[in-house]
Amino acid sequence: MQYLLMLYANETGWSNLTKAQQEQGMAAYTAYTEALKKAGVWKGSNRLQPINSATTVRVADGKSQVLDGPYIETKEQIGGYYLIDVPDLDSAISWAARCPSASHGVVEVRPVWAMQASSAAPAS
Amino acid sequence: MNVREGDAQARSTAEAVARRSYGKLVAFLAARTRDVAAAEDALSEAFASALADWPTKGCPSNPEGWLLTVARRKVIDMYRGRRRAEIASERIQIMAEGLDAAAADADIPDQRLALMFACAHPAIDPSIRAPLILQAVLGLDAKTIASAFLMSPAAMSKRLVRAKDKIRQAGVPFTVPEREELPHRLDTVLDAIYAAFAEGWTDPGGTDLARRDLAEEAIFLSRVVTELLPSEPEALGLLALLLHAEARRPARRNPNGDYVPLVEQDPALWDHQLIDEAEAALNRASAMGAIGRYQLEGALQSAHVHRCRTGQANWAEVVQLYDALFAIVGSPVVAINRALAIAELHGASAALESMQAVAADERVAEYQPYWAARAELLAKAGAHDEARQAYEIAVGLERDPAVRRFLQQRQSALNP
Repeated sequence: MQYLLMLYANETGWSNLTKAQQEQGMAAYTAYTEALKKAGVWKGSNRLQPINSATTVRVADGKSQVLDGPYIETKEQIGGYYLIDVPDLDSAISWAARCPSASHGVVEVRPVWAMQASSAAPAS
Repeated sequence: MNVREGDAQARSTAEAVARRSYGKLVAFLAARTRDVAAAEDALSEAFASALADWPTKGCPSNPEGWLLTVARRKVIDMYRGRRRAEIASERIQIMAEGLDAAAADADIPDQRLALMFACAHPAIDPSIRAPLILQAVLGLDAKTIASAFLMSPAAMSKRLVRAKDKIRQAGVPFTVPEREELPHRLDTVLDAIYAAFAEGWTDPGGTDLARRDLAEEAIFLSRVVTELLPSEPEALGLLALLLHAEARRPARRNPNGDYVPLVEQDPALWDHQLIDEAEAALNRASAMGAIGRYQLEGALQSAHVHRCRTGQANWAEVVQLYDALFAIVGSPVVAINRALAIAELHGASAALESMQAVAADERVAEYQPYWAARAELLAKAGAHDEARQAYEIAVGLERDPAVRRFLQQRQSALNP
């Protein structure tokens, strides 16, 4: 089963770290990614640019509305994700606990909605 | 006494009874019906009644007996409410027997051990035994247990319910096994207590309250077992092992929160009272003349402590103990620790060689201590490139940020 691990953390926490601490932090993520790949469960991952780069788009009554900033302003913001393929939720949780974000922020574990290949595309 | 004082007193009396007697009451209520869930529900209602009743009417002289009487009535009501024909009437009768006697008798028989044997019965899935004991004997809620065991609270509740159903439906006995069966069955109980402790142990800083409590609760359970089965050497061995590990908790982190490995720990920070108690338990166990897994693990802890305190290397003795332990348990975990001791005695290459069989075991691929041990041995052997890779994997698999930092420092200390 595929799970999306959403990494939430306080962005200012990162910018307050010293350069050496940041390097150590990055190295921990690299090692974590490697461990996922070695275990054959890694499907994809990305780090996101800070929230001041976010833009929110909504179309209502045929009019598009574009706003500067994230959808919800919270202290902790999503800063990246991992997509993993593991047998069950327990296994997803144990990988989430190893993610460096779990120690300085929060990791939300969400199962991916499995779709049949035929029904995945909207009917045209 | 005003209402508020009465309220506070009722609450503290109820809490004290809960701490001391929860498992005893559940065990007594469930022993004959084998219905752990009903016993727990009835007891929690009885505690609620106590908190409503005691502040106005004063605390009863025998709070335990009071709770038991109320809980038994609740169980009877529950079964009546369910109207499940003959089963219900049979259980009602069982419950009603001696209902008044229990209230009068201050001495409720301690059947916690029987409850633990039921929870750790071979018919129960091994992975749920420790959570089940923590819930039934100590009253921990599913949410707390789930966090410690890294499971979703919903999944943990479901599995606990299923295990309790199994006990009731399959008729798992609430008895302490007979002599010839006892050692084997006791192992499953000790394993479950050890699992509870190990989950608590993953938070050596003691910052995560749920986890730290779990280590304390496991020690409490281990003490209960040794009190109720005083002549079982393995029960004493487990107690010694847990006390030794707990005694060193304050030394496993420096003031900055960094991980401190055993060799660098300051023995002055150890809890010497716990160590003395552990040593006494080990001595009592060894006098009984039946060696086993937990006594050996306790003896290993004792050997490590002795070496650190005296500065006298005792690696030959340590390797010997690991050999004996490996012969009993045969687990890769033991082989890894043994390799680290072999490295002290015969060097890193010999140690790496001893781990070859373990390396082939696919269970170690995601086992952090294997990679950390391998990295350390490779570094000692001068194979710095391979060591770097092994550290990388160990860092990626570690869940404790302090240990992660420690491994990263070791990694960056390698030659480029």
